[in-house]
Amino acid sequence: MKNEHIQAAVVAQPAQKRNLLRFVLSELKPKGKLLTPFNIITIPIMLVGLVLIAIRFIYGLGSVTNLSQSFPWGIWVGFDVVTGVAFAGGAYSLTFIVYVLNLKKYHPIVRATVLNGFLAYVFYAGALVLDLGRPWHIINPIIGNKFGLSSILFLVAWHFLLYMLSELVEFSPAIAEWLGLRRLRRILKGMTIGAVVFGISLSCLHQSGLGALFLMAKSKIHPLWYTEFIPLLFLVSSIFSGMSVIILEGTITHKIFSSQISEDEKAHEDEIILGLSKIAVGTMFVYLFMQGIQLIHGQKIHLLATSWGALWLVEVLGFVLAPMLLYMQGIKHKNMLTLRIASIWTILGIALNRLDVSVIAFKWYAPHHYYPSVSEVIITLTVISAEFWAFRWIVNRMPVFYEHPDFKDEAE
Amino acid sequence: MNRRDFLKVLAVTPVVAAASSKAEAVEGTEYPEELRGILVDTTRCVGCRNCEIACAEANNLPYPDLSEMVPNKPMDTNPNQYMVINLFETDKGESWVRHACMHCVEPACATVCPVKALEKLPEGPVIWHPDRCMGCRYCMMSCPFDIPKFEYDSYNPKIQKCFMCWHRQEKGEDPACVDACPQEALMFGTRRELLQEAHARLAEHPDEYIQHIYGEYEVGGTGILYLSNVPFEQLGFRTDLGNTPYTEYSKEFLYAVPMVLTILPALLMGIATATHRNDSKETNAQG
Repeated sequence: MKNEHIQAAVVAQPAQKRNLLRFVLSELKPKGKLLTPFNIITIPIMLVGLVLIAIRFIYGLGSVTNLSQSFPWGIWVGFDVVTGVAFAGGAYSLTFIVYVLNLKKYHPIVRATVLNGFLAYVFYAGALVLDLGRPWHIINPIIGNKFGLSSILFLVAWHFLLYMLSELVEFSPAIAEWLGLRRLRRILKGMTIGAVVFGISLSCLHQSGLGALFLMAKSKIHPLWYTEFIPLLFLVSSIFSGMSVIILEGTITHKIFSSQISEDEKAHEDEIILGLSKIAVGTMFVYLFMQGIQLIHGQKIHLLATSWGALWLVEVLGFVLAPMLLYMQGIKHKNMLTLRIASIWTILGIALNRLDVSVIAFKWYAPHHYYPSVSEVIITLTVISAEFWAFRWIVNRMPVFYEHPDFKDEAE
Repeated sequence: MNRRDFLKVLAVTPVVAAASSKAEAVEGTEYPEELRGILVDTTRCVGCRNCEIACAEANNLPYPDLSEMVPNKPMDTNPNQYMVINLFETDKGESWVRHACMHCVEPACATVCPVKALEKLPEGPVIWHPDRCMGCRYCMMSCPFDIPKFEYDSYNPKIQKCFMCWHRQEKGEDPACVDACPQEALMFGTRRELLQEAHARLAEHPDEYIQHIYGEYEVGGTGILYLSNVPFEQLGFRTDLGNTPYTEYSKEFLYAVPMVLTILPALLMGIATATHRNDSKETNAQG
């Protein structure tokens, strides 16, 4: 995979000279080798996944999932959507830092982060189509067949859609550069700050809104996880989730797409990771404080002595406090490896938290609890693989990690 | 960023905020006492299950599973059976209890439905619109009684539950189960009539009932009301649901939405203006 993008920085140039359509068609062709380890793993998964998706649409959700009348939402909602969107929290946090606070240090990573956020929404929130029983009605909340204005899911659906558009606008200058459309690029660039401000507002609301969805399942979620604070906890944790994902994703992309990464970014990489880690620590501290408050004010301390209490402690102490301390250690010694390990640890903690609220602690009293079927897991992996393919396709063609040579003078 | 961008964003946000400000309109009705419902007197029910058969016939469902009831092992409704009668062994002997949609005064299912596929009719029944439903199953997540059922084995799945025989009510008939009951254990009427009758029975026969009408206050009131001679826990009811209508649990969050959408963009634009002040003119234009 390493070889396929070395020329990437120069491929976009012919666009102005040649027919635009022909250029796009030529870009659609795969670049690089077919038999890379990544392809060898993901192609079979996606093929099996596609067959399973076909079965799901012919024979119904029951044919591939372990969902039941008692457990209507499984990992396709709990992991793909709820966790996936938390992972994508880096995009709005980083655009806040770069465009609102004007901290230029982080500018080199903003495109890759926004692209990742955009793709996460397209694929993970898009995976909701697989989970909907009657997906052909998915446009109903948008076209106004009937507006469920009292529904938090209605709000979240609208925000997903609008936020995807905002992120597309934020990323669109890269597309214009790829196609060599100078004037369009200038117009799109002018829309960035508006899209950013709009996007941050939407994100604050739907990151918390995803948590607010579960406020309605009051009698069904274990009291250690059910609290009026769920929306706030989801919002705050989406920030350190986002920071950790950016750090991990930077670690991976710096290895795989090394030749594309601009010198500017390489020079500042450690500094950027340190800064992101500090933000993660700050928000993790706030999060722990809020968890403590909800535990004490809700008079739930006695519940800690149960096996559900043990799970809660593992989640909050083992997967938030512990990685926070590791982050602090890494910041103190400026040790990048420590920070990278802390980021992975934090990400696992976010997944655990989101799954606890949406799946594991849901109907904790049920004698036969839901667990995902193999097919559900394969389809989830298919969605993730497809997102990676889309990401690779785009960064091998558009100026994501580097500044486009033609537009260098116009960039910030 | 410049002044024009700033004004553009400020101009857009109130529109968005206005669009979402209707979010406070939550399901419910102005006259909850006039909603139709059913009073279930479990002390009168003898477990003949005629109602189950009548329900299936009225709703074109397969003949119900009438296998022998196991005491205290309640069956759940399913997409092919809107109502089940369960047997409970209590302190005062055997009791048969109807399990079906409660037709809440402020139903969680209709509140959470993003497309109003589940709708609380002003007459009382909670019905389902197939042309709206996306099959998201948020209703099933939210319903405190776990009533909506989903056809997992269909490519075109429906949400199934008791609709209080709305198609019969439209023709002026009573729900099929009420008509079929030989014991007058079921009574159809408005909540006002039913509560009046229920309180009268409690007053006239204080020894035969416990002084509690399940559904009078639970989750803000339900259309189906129950009378019993033993505490409701013994009849498989959840007694920990509280009296707060489920609409309340998301209200505060929805109230905050238009506010956040109005204040936050302005605040962010303000910060952005301040932080970009020292940038050169050229970068300003870039945003």
